[in-house]
Amino acid sequence: MTRQQVQKVAVGSITAVAIVAVLPIVVIIGFILVQGIGAINLTFLTSAPSNGMRDGGILPAILGTLILTLGTAIVCIPIAVAAAIYLAEYAGDTRLTRWVRLAIVNLAGIPSIVYGLFGLGVFVLFLGFGTSILAGSLTLGIMTLPVVISTAEEAILAVPQRFRVVSLSLGATRWQTIWHQVLPHALPGIITGIILGLGRAAGETAPILFTVAAFYLPDLPSSIFDQTMALPYHLYAISTQVPDMPLSIQYGTALVLLMIVLSLTLVAALFRTRMRRRRTW
Amino acid sequence: MANKIEVRDFSFFYDDFQALHGLNVPIKQHQITALIGPSGCGKSTFLRCLNRMNDTIKNTRAEGEVLLDGKNIYDLDVDVTELRQRVGMVFQRPNPFPQSIYDNVAFGPRVLGMDKNEPLDEIVRQSLMGSGMWDEVRHRLKDSALELNPGQQQRLCIARAIAVKPEVILMDEPCSALDPVATLHVEELMRQLASEYTIVVVTHNMQQAARASHWTGFFWLGRLVEFSETGTLFSSPQDGLTEAYITGRRG
Repeated sequence: MTRQQVQKVAVGSITAVAIVAVLPIVVIIGFILVQGIGAINLTFLTSAPSNGMRDGGILPAILGTLILTLGTAIVCIPIAVAAAIYLAEYAGDTRLTRWVRLAIVNLAGIPSIVYGLFGLGVFVLFLGFGTSILAGSLTLGIMTLPVVISTAEEAILAVPQRFRVVSLSLGATRWQTIWHQVLPHALPGIITGIILGLGRAAGETAPILFTVAAFYLPDLPSSIFDQTMALPYHLYAISTQVPDMPLSIQYGTALVLLMIVLSLTLVAALFRTRMRRRRTW
Repeated sequence: MANKIEVRDFSFFYDDFQALHGLNVPIKQHQITALIGPSGCGKSTFLRCLNRMNDTIKNTRAEGEVLLDGKNIYDLDVDVTELRQRVGMVFQRPNPFPQSIYDNVAFGPRVLGMDKNEPLDEIVRQSLMGSGMWDEVRHRLKDSALELNPGQQQRLCIARAIAVKPEVILMDEPCSALDPVATLHVEELMRQLASEYTIVVVTHNMQQAARASHWTGFFWLGRLVEFSETGTLFSSPQDGLTEAYITGRRG
Protein backbone atom coordinates (compact mmCIF):
# COMPACT_ATOMS: atom_id res chain seq x y z
CA MET A 1 0.00 0.00 0.00
CA THR A 2 1.15 3.50 -0.66
CA ARG A 3 1.25 6.08 2.11
CA GLN A 4 -1.88 7.63 0.66
CA GLN A 5 -3.73 4.32 0.76
CA VAL A 6 -2.66 3.74 4.37
CA GLN A 7 -3.97 7.20 5.18
CA LYS A 8 -7.36 6.43 3.58
CA VAL A 9 -7.67 3.10 5.39
CA ALA A 10 -6.71 4.68 8.71
CA VAL A 11 -9.18 7.54 8.42
CA GLY A 12 -11.85 5.15 7.16
CA SER A 13 -11.46 2.75 10.04
CA ILE A 14 -11.39 5.31 12.85
CA THR A 15 -14.45 6.97 11.32
CA ALA A 16 -16.20 3.61 11.30
CA VAL A 17 -15.26 2.98 14.94
CA ALA A 18 -16.55 6.44 15.89
CA ILE A 19 -19.87 5.66 14.23
CA VAL A 20 -20.05 2.30 16.02
CA ALA A 21 -19.48 4.12 19.32
CA VAL A 22 -22.37 6.50 18.70
CA LEU A 23 -24.71 3.88 17.28
CA PRO A 24 -25.90 2.27 20.54
CA ILE A 25 -26.90 5.65 21.96
CA VAL A 26 -28.90 6.50 18.85
CA VAL A 27 -30.51 3.06 18.79
CA ILE A 28 -31.44 3.10 22.48
CA ILE A 29 -32.89 6.59 22.37
CA GLY A 30 -34.68 5.85 19.09
CA PHE A 31 -36.08 2.56 20.35
CA ILE A 32 -37.41 4.04 23.57
CA LEU A 33 -38.76 7.05 21.71
CA VAL A 34 -40.67 4.89 19.23
CA GLN A 35 -41.98 2.50 21.87
CA GLY A 36 -42.78 5.11 24.49
CA ILE A 37 -44.07 8.14 22.60
CA GLY A 38 -47.53 6.59 22.26
CA ALA A 39 -47.99 6.50 26.04
CA ILE A 40 -47.14 10.16 26.51
CA ASN A 41 -50.12 12.44 26.83
CA LEU A 42 -51.37 15.04 29.26
CA THR A 43 -53.07 12.50 31.54
CA PHE A 44 -49.92 10.38 31.69
CA LEU A 45 -47.84 13.36 32.77
CA THR A 46 -50.33 14.94 35.18
CA SER A 47 -52.09 12.15 37.01
CA ALA A 48 -51.23 9.49 39.57
CA PRO A 49 -51.05 5.80 38.70
CA SER A 50 -54.27 3.84 39.09
CA ASN A 51 -55.56 0.27 38.79
CA GLY A 52 -52.46 -1.25 40.39
CA MET A 53 -50.30 1.10 38.24
CA ARG A 54 -51.60 -0.45 35.02
CA ASP A 55 -53.45 2.78 34.20
CA GLY A 56 -53.12 6.46 34.85
CA GLY A 57 -49.95 8.51 34.87
CA ILE A 58 -46.65 9.00 36.60
CA LEU A 59 -46.93 12.50 38.05
CA PRO A 60 -45.84 11.53 41.61
CA ALA A 61 -42.75 9.85 40.22
CA ILE A 62 -41.84 12.83 38.02
CA LEU A 63 -42.26 15.27 40.88
CA GLY A 64 -40.41 12.93 43.23
CA THR A 65 -37.43 12.79 40.90
CA LEU A 66 -37.41 16.57 40.54
CA ILE A 67 -37.59 17.00 44.33
CA LEU A 68 -34.79 14.49 44.88
CA THR A 69 -32.65 16.21 42.25
CA LEU A 70 -33.17 19.52 44.03
CA GLY A 71 -32.37 17.88 47.36
CA THR A 72 -29.22 16.37 45.88
CA ALA A 73 -28.18 19.81 44.65
CA ILE A 74 -28.70 21.36 48.08
CA VAL A 75 -26.64 18.67 49.78
CA CYS A 76 -23.95 18.35 47.16
CA ILE A 77 -23.18 21.83 45.83
CA PRO A 78 -21.94 23.62 48.96
CA ILE A 79 -19.79 20.71 50.14
CA ALA A 80 -18.40 19.92 46.70
CA VAL A 81 -17.53 23.51 45.82
CA ALA A 82 -15.93 24.14 49.20
CA ALA A 83 -13.92 20.95 48.92
CA ALA A 84 -12.83 21.82 45.39
CA ILE A 85 -11.68 25.28 46.47
CA TYR A 86 -9.77 23.77 49.35
CA LEU A 87 -8.10 21.14 47.18
CA ALA A 88 -7.25 23.49 44.32
CA GLU A 89 -6.21 26.59 46.23
CA TYR A 90 -5.20 25.72 49.77
CA ALA A 91 -4.29 22.05 50.09
CA GLY A 92 -0.65 21.53 49.45
CA ASP A 93 0.82 18.11 48.90
CA THR A 94 0.78 16.74 52.42
CA ARG A 95 -0.01 13.34 53.85
CA LEU A 96 -3.49 14.57 54.82
CA THR A 97 -4.37 15.96 51.38
CA ARG A 98 -3.05 12.85 49.67
CA TRP A 99 -5.46 10.84 51.81
CA VAL A 100 -8.30 13.23 51.00
CA ARG A 101 -7.65 12.94 47.26
CA LEU A 102 -7.39 9.17 47.50
CA ALA A 103 -10.70 9.09 49.35
CA ILE A 104 -12.40 11.17 46.65
CA VAL A 105 -11.10 8.95 43.85
CA ASN A 106 -12.33 5.91 45.73
CA LEU A 107 -15.71 7.47 46.44
CA ALA A 108 -16.22 7.84 42.69
CA GLY A 109 -15.58 4.13 42.23
CA ILE A 110 -18.03 2.83 44.85
CA PRO A 111 -21.05 1.02 43.33
CA SER A 112 -24.26 2.95 43.79
CA ILE A 113 -25.95 0.10 45.66
CA VAL A 114 -23.29 0.50 48.36
CA TYR A 115 -24.29 4.16 48.68
CA GLY A 116 -27.85 2.93 49.03
CA LEU A 117 -26.94 0.60 51.86
CA PHE A 118 -24.79 3.27 53.47
CA GLY A 119 -27.74 5.67 53.33
CA LEU A 120 -30.00 3.04 54.83
CA GLY A 121 -27.58 2.37 57.66
CA VAL A 122 -26.60 5.94 58.49
CA PHE A 123 -29.46 8.24 57.53
CA VAL A 124 -32.53 6.02 57.64
CA LEU A 125 -31.69 3.94 60.71
CA PHE A 126 -28.86 5.45 62.74
CA LEU A 127 -29.84 9.10 62.42
CA GLY A 128 -33.51 8.15 62.43
CA PHE A 129 -34.57 10.13 59.36
CA GLY A 130 -36.60 7.12 58.26
CA THR A 131 -37.26 6.33 54.63
CA SER A 132 -37.56 9.93 53.56
CA ILE A 133 -36.70 12.60 51.02
CA LEU A 134 -34.08 13.84 53.50
CA ALA A 135 -32.32 10.48 53.68
CA GLY A 136 -32.57 9.99 49.91
CA SER A 137 -31.22 13.47 49.13
CA LEU A 138 -28.30 13.00 51.52
CA THR A 139 -27.48 9.63 49.98
CA LEU A 140 -27.68 10.92 46.41
CA GLY A 141 -25.80 14.09 47.39
CA ILE A 142 -22.90 12.12 48.83
CA MET A 143 -22.84 9.84 45.82
CA THR A 144 -22.63 12.91 43.55
CA LEU A 145 -19.83 14.59 45.53
CA PRO A 146 -16.76 13.02 43.91
CA VAL A 147 -17.65 13.84 40.32
CA VAL A 148 -18.60 17.43 41.18
CA ILE A 149 -15.51 17.92 43.33
CA SER A 150 -13.25 16.65 40.56
CA THR A 151 -14.79 18.75 37.79
CA ALA A 152 -14.92 21.84 40.01
CA GLU A 153 -11.30 21.40 41.05
CA GLU A 154 -10.27 21.08 37.41
CA ALA A 155 -12.24 24.22 36.53
CA ILE A 156 -10.52 26.15 39.32
CA LEU A 157 -7.06 24.91 38.35
CA ALA A 158 -7.74 25.92 34.73
CA VAL A 159 -7.97 29.61 35.68
CA PRO A 160 -4.67 31.17 34.58
CA GLN A 161 -2.17 31.64 37.39
CA ARG A 162 -1.49 35.23 36.34
CA PHE A 163 -4.90 36.37 37.58
CA ARG A 164 -4.03 35.13 41.05
CA VAL A 165 -0.55 36.63 40.96
CA VAL A 166 -1.79 40.06 39.89
CA SER A 167 -4.56 40.04 42.45
CA LEU A 168 -2.15 39.17 45.27
CA SER A 169 0.31 41.79 44.05
CA LEU A 170 -2.39 44.44 44.48
CA GLY A 171 -2.75 43.58 48.15
CA ALA A 172 -5.78 41.30 47.91
CA THR A 173 -5.95 38.46 50.40
CA ARG A 174 -5.97 34.90 49.14
CA TRP A 175 -9.68 34.63 49.81
CA GLN A 176 -10.43 37.87 47.94
CA THR A 177 -8.32 36.57 45.08
CA ILE A 178 -10.27 33.32 44.97
CA TRP A 179 -13.63 35.02 45.32
CA HIS A 180 -13.13 37.86 42.84
CA GLN A 181 -10.63 36.56 40.31
CA VAL A 182 -10.74 32.77 40.38
CA LEU A 183 -14.31 31.62 41.03
CA PRO A 184 -15.97 33.88 38.44
CA HIS A 185 -13.78 32.35 35.73
CA ALA A 186 -14.18 28.83 37.08
CA LEU A 187 -17.95 29.11 37.47
CA PRO A 188 -18.96 27.82 34.01
CA GLY A 189 -16.89 24.68 34.53
CA ILE A 190 -18.19 24.21 38.06
CA ILE A 191 -21.81 24.59 36.94
CA THR A 192 -21.28 22.14 34.09
CA GLY A 193 -19.95 19.59 36.56
CA ILE A 194 -22.89 20.17 38.90
CA ILE A 195 -25.47 19.67 36.14
CA LEU A 196 -23.78 16.48 34.91
CA GLY A 197 -23.62 15.17 38.48
CA LEU A 198 -27.29 15.94 39.04
CA GLY A 199 -28.17 14.26 35.76
CA ARG A 200 -26.54 11.09 37.00
CA ALA A 201 -28.24 11.35 40.39
CA ALA A 202 -31.66 11.83 38.78
CA GLY A 203 -31.35 8.52 36.95
CA GLU A 204 -30.01 6.37 39.81
CA THR A 205 -32.14 3.60 41.31
CA ALA A 206 -29.96 1.82 43.83
CA PRO A 207 -29.24 4.75 46.19
CA ILE A 208 -32.94 5.57 46.56
CA LEU A 209 -34.11 1.97 46.79
CA PHE A 210 -33.85 1.73 50.58
CA THR A 211 -33.67 5.40 51.51
CA VAL A 212 -36.66 7.16 49.98
CA ALA A 213 -38.46 5.46 47.14
CA ALA A 214 -42.07 4.40 47.60
CA PHE A 215 -43.57 1.62 45.55
CA TYR A 216 -46.94 3.28 45.27
CA LEU A 217 -47.74 6.63 46.82
CA PRO A 218 -50.26 8.62 44.83
CA ASP A 219 -50.26 11.55 47.26
CA LEU A 220 -47.53 14.09 46.83
CA PRO A 221 -45.04 14.45 49.71
CA SER A 222 -45.67 17.25 52.16
CA SER A 223 -42.38 17.32 54.07
CA ILE A 224 -38.79 16.19 53.73
CA PHE A 225 -39.54 13.32 56.11
CA ASP A 226 -42.05 11.81 53.68
CA GLN A 227 -41.32 9.10 51.19
CA THR A 228 -41.81 9.80 47.55
CA MET A 229 -42.08 7.92 44.32
CA ALA A 230 -39.27 8.47 41.84
CA LEU A 231 -38.94 7.66 38.15
CA PRO A 232 -35.99 5.23 38.18
CA TYR A 233 -37.46 3.14 40.99
CA HIS A 234 -40.95 3.35 39.51
CA LEU A 235 -39.58 2.02 36.24
CA TYR A 236 -37.84 -0.80 38.06
CA ALA A 237 -41.03 -1.59 40.00
CA ILE A 238 -43.41 -1.65 37.07
CA SER A 239 -40.98 -3.66 34.96
CA THR A 240 -40.38 -6.39 37.52
CA GLN A 241 -43.02 -6.34 40.23
CA VAL A 242 -46.31 -5.77 38.45
CA PRO A 243 -47.82 -8.61 36.41
CA ASP A 244 -49.60 -7.80 33.14
CA MET A 245 -48.04 -4.34 33.00
CA PRO A 246 -48.72 -2.69 29.62
CA LEU A 247 -45.40 -2.23 27.78
CA SER A 248 -46.38 1.22 26.57
CA ILE A 249 -46.47 2.58 30.13
CA GLN A 250 -43.06 1.06 30.86
CA TYR A 251 -41.55 2.63 27.76
CA GLY A 252 -43.40 5.87 28.39
CA THR A 253 -41.88 6.05 31.87
CA ALA A 254 -38.44 5.23 30.50
CA LEU A 255 -38.86 7.98 27.90
CA VAL A 256 -39.77 10.60 30.50
CA LEU A 257 -36.79 9.65 32.67
CA LEU A 258 -34.50 9.68 29.66
CA MET A 259 -35.76 13.11 28.64
CA ILE A 260 -35.15 14.57 32.11
CA VAL A 261 -31.58 13.22 32.24
CA LEU A 262 -30.83 14.11 28.62
CA SER A 263 -32.15 17.63 29.00
CA LEU A 264 -29.90 18.16 32.03
CA THR A 265 -26.92 16.94 30.01
CA LEU A 266 -27.96 19.06 27.07
CA VAL A 267 -28.26 22.16 29.24
CA ALA A 268 -24.76 21.48 30.56
CA ALA A 269 -23.37 21.06 27.06
CA LEU A 270 -25.02 24.22 25.71
CA PHE A 271 -23.96 26.20 28.74
CA ARG A 272 -20.38 25.06 28.36
CA THR A 273 -20.26 25.92 24.66
CA ARG A 274 -21.74 29.34 25.29
CA MET A 275 -19.30 30.14 28.08
CA ARG A 276 -16.35 28.89 26.06
CA ARG A 277 -17.29 31.19 23.24
CA ARG A 278 -17.54 34.13 25.60
CA ARG A 279 -14.22 33.37 27.24
CA THR A 280 -11.59 35.76 26.07
CA TRP A 281 -8.37 34.41 27.48
CA MET B 1 19.19 61.11 49.39
CA ALA B 2 17.05 58.83 51.54
CA ASN B 3 16.94 55.12 50.97
CA LYS B 4 13.35 53.94 50.51
CA ILE B 5 14.46 50.34 50.61
CA GLU B 6 17.66 49.04 52.08
CA VAL B 7 18.60 45.46 51.31
CA ARG B 8 21.13 43.95 53.70
CA ASP B 9 22.99 40.66 53.35
CA PHE B 10 20.03 39.21 51.54
CA SER B 11 20.08 35.65 50.23
CA PHE B 12 17.31 33.65 48.64
CA PHE B 13 16.93 29.92 48.07
CA TYR B 14 14.73 27.72 45.89
CA ASP B 15 14.99 24.46 47.81
CA ASP B 16 18.75 23.84 47.94
CA PHE B 17 19.56 26.17 45.08
CA GLN B 18 20.83 29.54 46.25
CA ALA B 19 19.51 32.12 43.76
CA LEU B 20 20.74 35.26 45.52
CA HIS B 21 24.00 35.63 47.43
CA GLY B 22 24.29 38.16 50.24
CA LEU B 23 22.97 41.19 48.41
CA ASN B 24 23.33 44.74 49.67
CA VAL B 25 21.28 47.17 47.60
CA PRO B 26 20.15 50.70 48.39
CA ILE B 27 16.96 51.80 46.61
CA LYS B 28 16.72 55.58 46.62
CA GLN B 29 13.41 57.31 47.22
CA HIS B 30 11.69 58.82 44.17
CA GLN B 31 14.35 57.54 41.82
CA ILE B 32 14.37 54.88 39.15
CA THR B 33 16.68 51.98 39.89
CA ALA B 34 17.38 49.63 37.00
CA LEU B 35 18.57 46.08 37.47
CA ILE B 36 20.42 44.58 34.52
CA GLY B 37 22.13 41.29 33.88
CA PRO B 38 21.82 38.15 31.78
CA SER B 39 18.83 35.82 31.97
CA GLY B 40 18.80 33.71 35.10
CA CYS B 41 21.08 36.06 37.03
CA GLY B 42 18.51 36.50 39.76
CA LYS B 43 17.31 40.03 39.04
CA SER B 44 13.65 39.05 38.68
CA THR B 45 13.88 36.83 41.74
CA PHE B 46 15.32 39.78 43.62
CA LEU B 47 12.53 42.06 42.43
CA ARG B 48 9.89 39.59 43.59
CA CYS B 49 11.53 39.48 47.01
CA LEU B 50 10.84 43.18 47.48
CA ASN B 51 7.08 42.59 47.80
CA ARG B 52 7.36 38.96 48.90
CA MET B 53 5.65 37.61 45.80
CA ASN B 54 8.09 34.70 46.07
CA ASP B 55 6.16 33.64 49.16
CA THR B 56 3.65 32.07 46.79
CA ILE B 57 6.31 29.64 45.51
CA LYS B 58 6.74 26.55 47.64
CA ASN B 59 10.00 25.58 49.32
CA THR B 60 11.63 28.97 49.08
CA ARG B 61 13.58 30.64 51.84
CA ALA B 62 14.92 34.13 52.44
CA GLU B 63 17.79 35.21 54.68
CA GLY B 64 18.88 38.70 55.59
CA GLU B 65 16.87 41.89 55.65
CA VAL B 66 14.84 44.02 53.29
CA LEU B 67 14.16 47.26 55.11
CA LEU B 68 11.25 49.31 53.81
CA ASP B 69 11.41 52.67 55.56
CA GLY B 70 13.61 50.96 58.13
CA LYS B 71 11.25 48.06 58.82
CA ASN B 72 12.22 44.54 57.74
CA ILE B 73 9.46 43.25 55.47
CA TYR B 74 10.39 39.67 56.35
CA ASP B 75 9.57 40.23 60.04
CA LEU B 76 6.88 37.89 61.31
CA ASP B 77 4.51 40.72 62.24
CA VAL B 78 4.40 42.10 58.69
CA ASP B 79 1.04 41.83 56.92
CA VAL B 80 1.94 40.83 53.35
CA THR B 81 -1.26 42.25 51.90
CA GLU B 82 -0.40 45.64 53.36
CA LEU B 83 3.19 45.26 52.14
CA ARG B 84 1.97 44.54 48.60
CA GLN B 85 -0.32 47.54 48.71
CA ARG B 86 2.73 49.68 49.53
CA VAL B 87 5.01 47.91 47.05
CA GLY B 88 3.12 47.40 43.79
CA MET B 89 4.15 45.42 40.76
CA VAL B 90 3.93 45.58 36.98
CA PHE B 91 4.64 42.37 35.13
CA GLN B 92 6.51 41.37 32.02
CA ARG B 93 3.48 40.62 29.87
CA PRO B 94 0.52 42.97 29.97
CA ASN B 95 -1.92 40.99 32.10
CA PRO B 96 -5.18 42.87 32.53
CA PHE B 97 -8.04 40.94 34.05
CA PRO B 98 -10.61 39.90 31.41
CA GLN B 99 -12.91 42.64 32.69
CA SER B 100 -13.70 46.21 31.83
CA ILE B 101 -11.05 48.92 31.88
CA TYR B 102 -12.82 50.45 34.85
CA ASP B 103 -13.02 47.22 36.83
CA ASN B 104 -9.36 46.51 36.24
CA VAL B 105 -8.33 49.77 37.86
CA ALA B 106 -11.01 49.58 40.54
CA PHE B 107 -10.16 46.04 41.66
CA GLY B 108 -7.33 46.96 44.04
CA PRO B 109 -9.13 49.89 45.70
CA ARG B 110 -12.23 47.72 46.09
CA VAL B 111 -10.55 44.82 47.83
CA LEU B 112 -8.59 47.18 50.05
CA GLY B 113 -11.75 49.08 50.99
CA MET B 114 -10.30 52.38 49.74
CA ASP B 115 -13.65 53.33 48.22
CA LYS B 116 -14.93 54.07 51.72
CA ASN B 117 -12.76 57.17 51.89
CA GLU B 118 -12.79 58.33 48.31
CA PRO B 119 -15.25 57.83 45.44
CA LEU B 120 -14.14 54.93 43.26
CA ASP B 121 -14.78 56.95 40.08
CA GLU B 122 -12.28 59.51 41.28
CA ILE B 123 -9.62 56.91 42.11
CA VAL B 124 -10.06 55.34 38.68
CA ARG B 125 -9.86 58.71 36.92
CA GLN B 126 -6.72 59.76 38.77
CA SER B 127 -5.02 56.42 38.22
CA LEU B 128 -5.73 56.50 34.49
CA MET B 129 -4.50 60.08 34.35
CA GLY B 130 -1.42 58.96 36.23
CA SER B 131 -0.67 56.39 33.56
CA GLY B 132 -1.36 58.95 30.83
CA MET B 133 -4.31 57.19 29.25
CA TRP B 134 -7.36 58.94 30.66
CA ASP B 135 -8.10 60.82 27.43
CA GLU B 136 -7.72 57.63 25.39
CA VAL B 137 -10.17 55.58 27.42
CA ARG B 138 -12.46 57.97 29.30
CA HIS B 139 -15.32 57.28 26.88
CA ARG B 140 -14.87 53.51 26.90
CA LEU B 141 -14.32 52.66 30.55
CA LYS B 142 -16.90 49.87 30.31
CA ASP B 143 -15.15 48.22 27.35
CA SER B 144 -13.13 45.08 27.92
CA ALA B 145 -9.51 45.75 28.77
CA LEU B 146 -8.57 43.02 26.30
CA GLU B 147 -9.66 45.24 23.41
CA LEU B 148 -6.75 47.60 24.11
CA ASN B 149 -3.48 47.17 22.23
CA PRO B 150 -0.52 45.70 24.16
CA GLY B 151 1.02 49.09 24.90
CA GLN B 152 -2.26 50.41 26.25
CA GLN B 153 -2.77 47.22 28.23
CA GLN B 154 0.60 47.65 29.91
CA ARG B 155 -0.21 51.26 30.80
CA LEU B 156 -3.55 50.05 32.13
CA CYS B 157 -1.63 47.61 34.33
CA ILE B 158 0.43 50.54 35.58
CA ALA B 159 -2.78 52.45 36.30
CA ARG B 160 -4.09 49.39 38.14
CA ALA B 161 -0.89 49.27 40.19
CA ILE B 162 -0.95 52.95 41.16
CA ALA B 163 -4.67 52.85 41.97
CA VAL B 164 -3.88 51.35 45.39
CA LYS B 165 -1.55 54.27 46.08
CA PRO B 166 1.71 52.38 46.48
CA GLU B 167 4.99 53.95 47.55
CA VAL B 168 7.20 51.70 45.45
CA ILE B 169 6.48 50.21 42.01
CA LEU B 170 8.39 47.15 40.89
CA MET B 171 8.52 46.59 37.14
CA ASP B 172 9.63 43.25 35.76
CA GLU B 173 10.77 43.84 32.19
CA PRO B 174 7.67 45.94 31.57
CA CYS B 175 8.50 46.64 27.93
CA SER B 176 9.77 43.30 26.71
CA ALA B 177 6.42 42.46 25.08
CA LEU B 178 5.95 45.92 23.55
CA ASP B 179 6.94 47.52 20.25
CA PRO B 180 9.50 50.39 20.24
CA VAL B 181 6.89 53.17 20.22
CA ALA B 182 4.95 51.68 23.13
CA THR B 183 8.26 51.09 24.90
CA LEU B 184 9.20 54.79 24.69
CA HIS B 185 5.72 55.63 25.92
CA VAL B 186 6.15 53.48 29.01
CA GLU B 187 9.67 54.79 29.67
CA GLU B 188 8.36 58.35 29.48
CA LEU B 189 5.65 57.34 31.92
CA MET B 190 8.22 55.85 34.31
CA ARG B 191 10.10 59.13 34.41
CA GLN B 192 6.90 61.01 35.23
CA LEU B 193 5.96 58.53 37.92
CA ALA B 194 9.37 58.81 39.57
CA SER B 195 8.41 62.18 41.03
CA GLU B 196 5.80 60.45 43.19
CA TYR B 197 6.94 56.85 43.40
CA THR B 198 10.11 54.90 43.95
CA ILE B 199 10.61 52.66 40.95
CA VAL B 200 12.67 49.52 40.56
CA VAL B 201 12.79 48.13 37.04
CA VAL B 202 14.31 44.91 35.79
CA THR B 203 15.34 45.11 32.16
CA HIS B 204 17.17 43.16 29.52
CA ASN B 205 17.52 46.26 27.50
CA MET B 206 20.64 48.20 28.39
CA GLN B 207 19.65 51.22 26.34
CA GLN B 208 16.49 51.32 28.42
CA ALA B 209 18.45 51.23 31.67
CA ALA B 210 20.76 53.93 30.37
CA ARG B 211 17.89 56.10 29.10
CA ALA B 212 15.37 55.75 31.87
CA SER B 213 17.09 55.10 35.19
CA HIS B 214 18.98 57.08 37.80
CA TRP B 215 20.73 54.11 39.38
CA THR B 216 21.78 50.82 37.88
CA GLY B 217 22.72 47.52 39.46
CA PHE B 218 24.44 44.79 37.51
CA PHE B 219 23.62 41.22 38.53
CA TRP B 220 25.70 38.20 37.68
CA LEU B 221 24.93 34.67 38.88
CA GLY B 222 22.90 35.83 41.86
CA ARG B 223 25.41 38.42 42.99
CA LEU B 224 25.31 42.18 42.69
CA VAL B 225 28.54 42.91 40.85
CA GLU B 226 28.25 46.66 40.65
CA PHE B 227 25.83 49.34 41.70
CA SER B 228 26.17 53.02 41.01
CA GLU B 229 24.61 56.00 39.30
CA THR B 230 23.52 55.04 35.83
CA GLY B 231 25.79 57.49 34.05
CA THR B 232 28.83 56.30 35.97
CA LEU B 233 28.06 52.63 35.53
CA PHE B 234 27.72 52.90 31.78
CA SER B 235 30.59 55.35 31.16
CA SER B 236 33.19 53.99 33.55
CA PRO B 237 32.27 50.58 34.98
CA GLN B 238 34.58 49.55 37.81
CA ASP B 239 34.28 45.82 37.32
CA GLY B 240 35.54 43.91 34.33
CA LEU B 241 32.38 41.78 34.19
CA THR B 242 30.16 44.84 34.07
CA GLU B 243 32.19 46.33 31.28
CA ALA B 244 32.13 43.08 29.34
CA TYR B 245 28.37 42.82 29.73
CA ILE B 246 27.41 46.37 28.84
CA THR B 247 29.68 46.39 25.83
CA GLY B 248 28.10 43.16 24.68
CA ARG B 249 31.08 40.87 25.11
CA ARG B 250 29.39 38.77 27.81
CA GLY B 251 25.74 37.99 28.16
